[in-house]
Amino acid sequence: MNTDISISQVLILAAILFSLGLIGVAIRRNVLFMLISVEIMLNAAGLAFIAAGAKWNQPDGQIMFLFILTMAAAEVSIGLALIMQIYHQHQSLDIDKVNEMKG
Amino acid sequence: MAGGLLAWLSGKWEPYLPRTIALISILIVFGLGLTIWISHASLSFYDNDGWIIDFKRIWIPDFGISFHLAMDGLSLIMVILTLFLGVLSILCSWDEIQERQGFYYFNLLWILAGIVGVFLATDLFLFYFFWEVMLIPMYLLIGIWGSENRIYASYKFFIFTQASGLLMLLAILGLYFINGRNTGHYSFDYFDLLNAEIAPTDAKWLMLGFLIAFVVKLPVFPFHTWLPDAHSEAPTAGSVVLAGLMLKTGAYGILRFVIPLFPQATAEIAWLAMLIGVIGIIYGAVLAFAQTDLKRLVAYTSVSHMGFIMLGAFSFNELALQGVLLQIITHGLSTGALFILAGSLKERLHTRDINKMGGLWADAPGIGTTGLIFAMASCGLPGLGNFIAEFMILMGAFKANIPLAVIATIGLVLSAIYSLRLMQKVFLGPKTDEHSIKDFSLREIIIMASLTIAIIWTGVYPQPIINTVNSSISKLKEYYSSAVMIEEPIVKKEIKYLPKSIDNDGK
Amino acid sequence: MQHLLWLIPTLPLAGFLILALGRYLSRTTVALVGVGSVSLSALITIIIGVNFISNPPPSGAYSQFLWTWFNASGFAPKISLYLDSLSLVFVFVITFVSALIHLYSSEFMIEDKSYARFFAYMNLFVFSMLILVLAEDLLLMYLGWEGVGLCSFLLIGFWYEKQENGLAAQKAFIITRIGDTAMAIGLFILFYQFQTLHIPALLQGASNKWQIGAPIACTVALLLLAGGIGKSAQLPLQTWLPDAMAGPSPVSALIHAATMVTAGVYLIARMHVIFERSPFTQHLVAVIGAVTLLLAGCSALAQFDIKRVLAYSTISQIGYMFLALGVGAWSAAIFHFMIHAFFKALLFLAAGAVIETQHHEHNMFKMGGLKDKMPLIFWTFLAGAMSLAALPLVSAGFYSKDQILWYAWSAEKGTAWLWLAALIGALITAAYTTRMIILTFFGESKTPLGHLPGMRITIPLVILAVLSITAGFIELPHNFGQVTIFSDLVQKTLPETRMQAGVESEFAFQLIAAIIGLSGIYLTWWTYAKNPGIIDKLKSQALPSTLHRLWFSGWFFDTIYNALFVKPFKTITSINKNDFIDQIYTALVQFTNTLNRILSLSQSGSLRWYIMGIIMGSIIILTLNILL
Repeated sequence: MNTDISISQVLILAAILFSLGLIGVAIRRNVLFMLISVEIMLNAAGLAFIAAGAKWNQPDGQIMFLFILTMAAAEVSIGLALIMQIYHQHQSLDIDKVNEMKG
Repeated sequence: MAGGLLAWLSGKWEPYLPRTIALISILIVFGLGLTIWISHASLSFYDNDGWIIDFKRIWIPDFGISFHLAMDGLSLIMVILTLFLGVLSILCSWDEIQERQGFYYFNLLWILAGIVGVFLATDLFLFYFFWEVMLIPMYLLIGIWGSENRIYASYKFFIFTQASGLLMLLAILGLYFINGRNTGHYSFDYFDLLNAEIAPTDAKWLMLGFLIAFVVKLPVFPFHTWLPDAHSEAPTAGSVVLAGLMLKTGAYGILRFVIPLFPQATAEIAWLAMLIGVIGIIYGAVLAFAQTDLKRLVAYTSVSHMGFIMLGAFSFNELALQGVLLQIITHGLSTGALFILAGSLKERLHTRDINKMGGLWADAPGIGTTGLIFAMASCGLPGLGNFIAEFMILMGAFKANIPLAVIATIGLVLSAIYSLRLMQKVFLGPKTDEHSIKDFSLREIIIMASLTIAIIWTGVYPQPIINTVNSSISKLKEYYSSAVMIEEPIVKKEIKYLPKSIDNDGK
Repeated sequence: MQHLLWLIPTLPLAGFLILALGRYLSRTTVALVGVGSVSLSALITIIIGVNFISNPPPSGAYSQFLWTWFNASGFAPKISLYLDSLSLVFVFVITFVSALIHLYSSEFMIEDKSYARFFAYMNLFVFSMLILVLAEDLLLMYLGWEGVGLCSFLLIGFWYEKQENGLAAQKAFIITRIGDTAMAIGLFILFYQFQTLHIPALLQGASNKWQIGAPIACTVALLLLAGGIGKSAQLPLQTWLPDAMAGPSPVSALIHAATMVTAGVYLIARMHVIFERSPFTQHLVAVIGAVTLLLAGCSALAQFDIKRVLAYSTISQIGYMFLALGVGAWSAAIFHFMIHAFFKALLFLAAGAVIETQHHEHNMFKMGGLKDKMPLIFWTFLAGAMSLAALPLVSAGFYSKDQILWYAWSAEKGTAWLWLAALIGALITAAYTTRMIILTFFGESKTPLGHLPGMRITIPLVILAVLSITAGFIELPHNFGQVTIFSDLVQKTLPETRMQAGVESEFAFQLIAAIIGLSGIYLTWWTYAKNPGIIDKLKSQALPSTLHRLWFSGWFFDTIYNALFVKPFKTITSINKNDFIDQIYTALVQFTNTLNRILSLSQSGSLRWYIMGIIMGSIIILTLNILL
């Protein structure tokens, strides 16, 4: 068991992952990639939870991660279904072309 | 009598049935109203407190709301006018409305029911209820059966009156709670609230709430702008009801609620209200002169005439109040007639633009003659009802405030100017159109003849009306004098050389 | 007999109703109803008049109460008629002259397609005018007052197809309405002073309560005067009358010469107590009269339209009446009113006949030489003209006008200036009258004749001509037999004229007036008949031609009013046609709409914008959290 990894390092990794995901969501135009980026952000958040749970020796962090996993699965299935629909309707996955809600 | 009143209201809720039923039901009610009037005309209006009919059912007792209708001379006259014009408005939409007749007459009757309710309700909650009842069908009436720009007009109408109506609701609730807190007895009843003691500042705000609602309805400068649009877009019957009756609910509200409930606060702003009235008189008349749309023109004359009502109602003396009452009635008649006229012209010429009219007298002397009569009525020619009304208002106002009354009198010159322009553009002058038009049909002749007789009758012998409202007016006078006890500027000297014949005139 | 009083106004009213409501009446019926109703009321007037004079009521007046108009908190005007010697004279003139004019019109208007409408209006007019003079209550008088205004409007614009007729009618109504409004304010004051508008009570009250020269009396008198000058076309509200000639000639004769325009004279005479309480206003009446008679006389000299000459002449003659009222010569004013009604109605009717036979030609310069072609018209016209020019001794006009001239000098309130103005006025009157006759009837014929008028036109002319000559003999100055039938009658109602002490003999004044009148006639004769070229020569020079333009346009009053009132009013209204208050509300609406549009821009539908928004928002919140 190597306990060299400090909490701060894990948190930094989580932060980097989260930022990557965020940037991905913000700059990607392909809906699929945006979905993947959202997944990355979710996992980053899960990582942070686990790190915190390990730090205080509490099971809550892992429980939260399980919740996040379930939620992510649900989200991905709905998201993919939506993406399929978008693709069917617009023949494209470009998010900027799907601005039908423009006021 | 109570049963009669119920029948009155339920009789009007004949939904989804076409014009004949509408006409018959309103004629029945009109007959009823007339019977009440005639049977009471012989009675003296001077004894007891002047309430002829009082009908009360508990509605929502927890909040002190009851279904309370009552009638005195004032509301009696208003109701008669409503029903009279109601009959005419149904008659004049006889052929004009072809689509969705059932719904149309449903709306029309609902409006009339709402207006009658407003004139009778003596429970503030009920009053507000009726106030809204007449609003929404009117909105539909303009919105569905109006002309080109109807949506705009109906929105404008709705927003103006609804916004002001909400202010009134606030004021009603405020009054309710203040009175309830003071007396421990929560009630919306007019008679309970009449004696409420309210702190002067509160009274002022509450009064403003009521006043604004009524003033917008009236409408008085500077809230008048919904009127021309609503009038010009509404179908003929809509304009008639709007001008002849709905505006009068504002005037009625001022007389019935604002002044008796808050005499002190009203006295304080009286000069301002009179000033606004005078501005309205002049401004409306000047604008009427500039209009090219016949209905808009008449609408602005309404603004001008409503200024007289405002002026008279706040002049604080009996003479002016009698004048206001007469003005309410005669304006209803004359403007109603002018709108019907405009409607029938539009039916024939398919335009409301007076620049496209001219020389119509040659083809249609009947229309011309009635046009002349009512144009002259609206410029206050003696012998027609409006003259007496305006003269009395001005006389009363003269007592209260000389400069304002003098300025208002100038309105008479302006009214002559716009009336003559109307005559000249529409009926006289060279013919602009080659087509000849048909004169009045029999139905229109009946409508116009009844209006003409009514306006001449009020002009030559208005005494029955004056007698009927006398008790209400003198009650109002008491509220005034309780408020204005402080100053009574006009010197009342005993006059000894009055001829004896003044005293023994026939009542 | 006097209880028949109510019939006098009711008959024309009934005539009006029959004509207005009955459709498809034949022309004969229309004429019968129209003429008959007025003639009947003239007959009743004569009967009542004879009765009134032979056994006068003890109080000097007879009043008939019909019903109370309304009674509202102390204000109870009554519908009641009041006959005293003043109203008797007016009623007599109105019904009698109207009857003649109606008879005349029954032929004159026969070609017109709106025959019934014409008689309906005329009957309505007679009714209103009778109400005006018979009313016992000022409010009822106001009814008649406005009623005649309405009829005048309708009749001026009778031929409504022509735009300018309508405009002239509007002008007449609106200008008189200005005066009426002032009068209405006067009524308000009177009511609050005396709590009634009952005329006898008012007069009694005024004489008891008001001091001479009291400011309140002055205000009321001024306001009433404003009403009077509006109706009577005196300065500065005179501009409507010349334009009013757009109406048919009988209308001009009846309304704009004989009756309605003298309503102002009646009003002032009726309310004489109030005017006497205000010496300033009374003097103003005289000055207005004097100035008006001069200005209008000059304008009459420059016109070419025969009816406009007569119109200006009417203004000028009413100026004489005002002058007489102003100096307190009440009976002289009323006398002149009566004589003027006769001869001016005659002149208008004859002019109408001339115009008719000249194919609707109004221009005098295109007429001429009619003396031999239509002798009857010529002689009757001449009779009227003599009276107008006040030809000494033989014409009625001489006696009435001479009286005014005399009182302008010698009455207590008269001055030399007023007399001088009246004298110059007499000269001008004689001049334009002669000019009119020469241009119309002498010289060579320029327009061929149409058909000549028939009996129903000539009979009224002859009757009026006889009256224009002889009516003067009921009131003669003291040095010519001193007949005072008329003033005896009128002075039962109106006070006697108070004279200045120590004035010289009346005869000298009569002589001066006569000489002035004759010289006016001669001067014009000399210019127009003997030396026809002289006018053209004068016109080519600068000063006379300016003068001519000034006079012709009626002293530019119209232009001034146009620039001062009409144009600005029209401009303002057309600018504000769409109601600037409404623009404020519209601006509010637009502001809300714009706000909505700006906000809805942010809803771009682009997901990445939203995400950026979320990111930026969280960053800002986090930063704030850290910093604060």
